[in-house]
Amino acid sequence: MGHGPAVKLGKDNASAYKTRLGVQMFIFYTLFYAGFMLINTVKPSLMEMTIGGLSLAIIYGIGLIVFAFILAMIYNRLCTAAETRMNK
Amino acid sequence: MIYAQSPLAIGLFLAFVLFVIGLSFYLGRRTTSSAGYYAAGGNIHWFTNGIAFAGDYLSAASFLGICGMIATAGYDGWMYAIGYLAGWMVALFLVAEPMKRLGKYTFTDALDSKFNSKGIQLMAAISTLIVSVFYLIPQMVGAGTLVTPLLGLPHAAGVIIVGVVVTIIVATAGMASTTYVQFMKGGLLIVFSTILVIAVLTRGLSTAPDQGGDKPYHNFVTLQATMTGDGGLQISEAGYTPAADWNSSALREAGFVKLTKDGIASIWMMKETGAGTFELEETLYKATLASGETSYNGGTAEEGKFFPVGHMKEINYKGETVAETGAVGPFAFLKTMQNSTVVLWGSKIIKDAGDTYTIYYQKPTPGSQVLRPGLKFKVDNATAAEKFNFISLMLALFCGTAALPHILIRYYTVPSQAAARKSTIVAIAAIGFFYILTVFMGIGAMTNGVINIMDNNMSAPLLALSFGVVLFAIISSIAFATVLGTVAGLIVAASGAVAHDLMDNFLGMKMTDKGKVMAGKISAVVVGCIAIYLGIVFEGMNVSFLVGWAFALAASANLPAILMLLFWKKTTAKGVAWSIGVGLVSAMGLILLSPDMYIRYGLLPTDAPISFNSPAAISIPLSFIALVIVSLMTQKDAIGQEVAETA
Repeated sequence: MGHGPAVKLGKDNASAYKTRLGVQMFIFYTLFYAGFMLINTVKPSLMEMTIGGLSLAIIYGIGLIVFAFILAMIYNRLCTAAETRMNK
Repeated sequence: MIYAQSPLAIGLFLAFVLFVIGLSFYLGRRTTSSAGYYAAGGNIHWFTNGIAFAGDYLSAASFLGICGMIATAGYDGWMYAIGYLAGWMVALFLVAEPMKRLGKYTFTDALDSKFNSKGIQLMAAISTLIVSVFYLIPQMVGAGTLVTPLLGLPHAAGVIIVGVVVTIIVATAGMASTTYVQFMKGGLLIVFSTILVIAVLTRGLSTAPDQGGDKPYHNFVTLQATMTGDGGLQISEAGYTPAADWNSSALREAGFVKLTKDGIASIWMMKETGAGTFELEETLYKATLASGETSYNGGTAEEGKFFPVGHMKEINYKGETVAETGAVGPFAFLKTMQNSTVVLWGSKIIKDAGDTYTIYYQKPTPGSQVLRPGLKFKVDNATAAEKFNFISLMLALFCGTAALPHILIRYYTVPSQAAARKSTIVAIAAIGFFYILTVFMGIGAMTNGVINIMDNNMSAPLLALSFGVVLFAIISSIAFATVLGTVAGLIVAASGAVAHDLMDNFLGMKMTDKGKVMAGKISAVVVGCIAIYLGIVFEGMNVSFLVGWAFALAASANLPAILMLLFWKKTTAKGVAWSIGVGLVSAMGLILLSPDMYIRYGLLPTDAPISFNSPAAISIPLSFIALVIVSLMTQKDAIGQEVAETA
């Protein structure tokens, strides 16, 4: 039974860099997510606080979604740059 | 029930479903090789694959479950969305590229790529099978829920239709056809949800939502009652007679009273306003009588006395109290909600002299409570167990996405690591945008008089119905087609686990190529039958809640193995196998002992040996510990430097 990738992949010298970057950004986002869980377990009433007429819960929630997208874009930028630089 | 069918809706629905099946057949025919079947030849464009991810992921759980839960429990339903989306960050940052690098067709292949171990093959296959079945349950429940209002068929019929149609599809479709079908459905779902949200914002909020003037809202009555000297109850409005034993019944004990008017029984919530005086508020109820009959608000299901609900109690718009806002922008919509009061619905189950009543009573709730966590998951003054339950659920959602077999296999359909990464980002953008829409769809359903409070799963399609039957038919068809696609994908994954991983690889059964295909089809039929049965048993449970369990199982069984394999040099084959086994057994065991399962067994939830419903916070660490201990004990077989270097 043959294991291995479905398509032949070229050697990727940027692999180690991308892995490290991924772990760092993952930790960064996880902290942001953990902050959301922390407020809800330690001081949930804080979620009711309004900023500009919207509750913190809504702002934090939309923030988690928008921030995920922004981080993803940055990650892709850095990875693509590394791939072009290292896989010449 | 509380809906009427329209030929237009049925026609549109049938046309759409037939189109999807036809497309599936057409594309399936072009698939001949096994690489084409499992991985679409590895040449799908990353953008197509990204939207297909969204199509796979935004299944019944996201669309029906999350909207339904927001409609009845506000923000807490949306927390599932936040967790589901955050899980994609695990997929993007840690799993996407290595998965692409290591695997061939299935998740088991990737895990086993460095070891070729029987233990891993067996455990990973079992895990894929169980997670797929658990993920199938909510899809089937969702399918049953959809056909009830659309085609006027009972829940079980919907489940069976899906089961049968999908089994037919599975016989032909491969990954290429699934991808294009999911791409189309994912795109359509997002486009039409956006249209629905614009419609909701244009209509605005109202204290008596009349669905754009089409359907007058139910006029809720409040009665006054006074206790008389001889123990009777005097009602302010003529015609209402209280039951003779009103003051000694179990209903009274729970704060309700049963009145009869023109031979129709109604149940009212009593609020004591003074010595012997009460205010009575209208409720909705379902009664299973000792005679075996079921009464919906004093009538049969067909009589339609059980009306849809959802309205604002008081609207504070730009500092003024108004009856309706008219068209508002998205932020004004949320701000108005924040400052207003909405009527939500509580429920109580009461047994009274052989009759069982499920009573739904009005619960006016300030918008500031609706737009923050706490209505479903108790967070304020929560006990340690309640806090644990909450953290455990959020952990399961976070860790589950990157461990779902039918999501993982999609990484093998694109040509490169960069494409795997880019398609994940497209998925994050599409899914994130959709989840922001769910807030408006959920609150829209909450306030537009469309919710069937016995089963909130249909809230989003019913909201669409309030804007006309065309939008309803389109949205329901897309939702149904999404269920079909997801179920097909899951059944393929599950039957692959049986036929490819278990029978072929693990047992080493010598089968001809024809035999292998036959084995796959037979296991698909068996898995399909199991899914049909479970879909019927779990009727009425919120589908997003059920998906929470599938996520907990996937996160416990698969994620520790994937992560440790990628990031810990000392991981051994036995460690991986044990980790999957321990995660699976502990998560499964805790689910079977949970209070919510006790309700399913017909027992009291308080009798359950554990007091929480989300197993992940225990089972994920157990799985990690098992992997570390077993790996350290079996260092002789360690893979050493090799994997760590390529990882």
